[in-house]
Amino acid sequence: MNKQNELRTHAVDITSLRKNVVSDSDSMQNEKECLRVEDLNLFYGEKQALKNIDLVIPEKKVTAFIGPSGCGKSTLLRCFNRMNDLIDSVNIEGKILLHNDNIYDKGVNVAELRRHVGMVFQKPNPFPKSIYENVAYGLRLQGIKSRRRLDTVVEKSLKAAALWDEVKDRLDDNALGLSGGQQQRLVIARAIAIEPEVLLLDEPASALDPISTLKIEELIYELKEEYTIVIVTHNMQQAARVSDYTAFMYLGDVVEFGDTRSVFTNPEQKQTEDYITGRYG
Amino acid sequence: MTTRSLPQHISKQFDQELEDLRAKVMTMGGLVEDLLGKSLDALDRSDSELAETVTSSDYKVNLMEVNIDEECTQVLARRQPAAGDLRLVLAVIKTISDLERIGDEIEKIGKMVVRLCEQNSPKSYYVSVIAMGQHVQKMLHDALDVFARMDSQKAVDVAAQDHKIDEEYSAILRQLITYMMEDPRSISNVLDVVWAVRALERIGDHANNICENVIYLVEGKDVRHTSIEDMRKEVFPD
Repeated sequence: MNKQNELRTHAVDITSLRKNVVSDSDSMQNEKECLRVEDLNLFYGEKQALKNIDLVIPEKKVTAFIGPSGCGKSTLLRCFNRMNDLIDSVNIEGKILLHNDNIYDKGVNVAELRRHVGMVFQKPNPFPKSIYENVAYGLRLQGIKSRRRLDTVVEKSLKAAALWDEVKDRLDDNALGLSGGQQQRLVIARAIAIEPEVLLLDEPASALDPISTLKIEELIYELKEEYTIVIVTHNMQQAARVSDYTAFMYLGDVVEFGDTRSVFTNPEQKQTEDYITGRYG
Repeated sequence: MTTRSLPQHISKQFDQELEDLRAKVMTMGGLVEDLLGKSLDALDRSDSELAETVTSSDYKVNLMEVNIDEECTQVLARRQPAAGDLRLVLAVIKTISDLERIGDEIEKIGKMVVRLCEQNSPKSYYVSVIAMGQHVQKMLHDALDVFARMDSQKAVDVAAQDHKIDEEYSAILRQLITYMMEDPRSISNVLDVVWAVRALERIGDHANNICENVIYLVEGKDVRHTSIEDMRKEVFPD
């Protein structure tokens, strides 16, 4: 009888354990909000590229946008630092709140916004300057001249971008002499030198070899300690590996948004399942 | 979604590989079912020769497990399946391990039949075992059917059969204990029967696991170590 009771307690333990696992992974409520998208519509001329998007990006987590080409994921990413303002035919309705302030309000200083929301693109785009000057560039723009201050920030940023050990002896070399993977990490170092809150990564590893890709992914994992990261990727395994939350987009809609653990094992929407398992929709 | 039907993969090759996995599990299941039937026949007819064929066939089941395992490894390594595909591969890996264990239990029954024949045990010791065996056989058959159809609702019904088998097991055990108390000389023979009943009860548990694997595969919900009522709630949420 004792043994049976023991077994029963054990069974209860397993049940409560499982509930904990589920509630841990389902913990969007426990997240702090960083960005909130409210009823966002975006048009390229006549064509609607984003449809009534509502989304919350949690703070200091990695959120991945996945979906087929043309689904609007890069367009949505570019809304977060108003990169789409540079395109004439674009018309945007709705709000994006960064810590409760609408970044599309009239009074917003876009340059200031981009200081808070940094971006890294698919192809590494270092400036044709030295490694040091690439990282120091943003600070110089802000008028910081103190050599000591710049030295500190350059070292700190390169270390955070996991590039310091590879370049510390040749900081004055031209950045264009670095390998593709190193250039991409340099660009990330440049983005974090000005200490943004949010890092937007638009397919940051798609032009890199597998080893450099893993280094970038490792870097993303470390950077989320301090930054909110939003990443667009065509590589679903990459989204599965690096992200905490995943949004699946299709034809301008967010079809499913959820914690990455469940999106990749048991998605709620059939469209999501079809896409991540490589089926016809 | 009770039964699983998805459109085809863009990669036809991948479809083929998954289909192949499912087919092989069904073949393995068929083999195990056949061996269980033979072992019960052997018991019923005290057919020592048939029991020997059963015990000497277990290697085929083992071989299939190794073979399907290797294919699953290949799919995981080369396709990196996600969502339903991933759950299919995981369910296959678990199911073949259950089938392999069922094979081992059947081998035990076969060995027991051989010994019973040698010792000319009275049939009264194991009549009820044959009846229980038929129930286990039905449950295994239904579990494999559930796997073939990927039918999570039916899986719950089949899993519910395990409870009855457990009750039957306890009843037979009580009966066998009476035999042993009445005549201590029967103990060694009756103990053999006890092992066979135990083996059948374990086969029921493995069939139950297969049903749980199907529910995981179809619903994405882990219902192991939960009651039938909880299982039902997961599969029929309303």
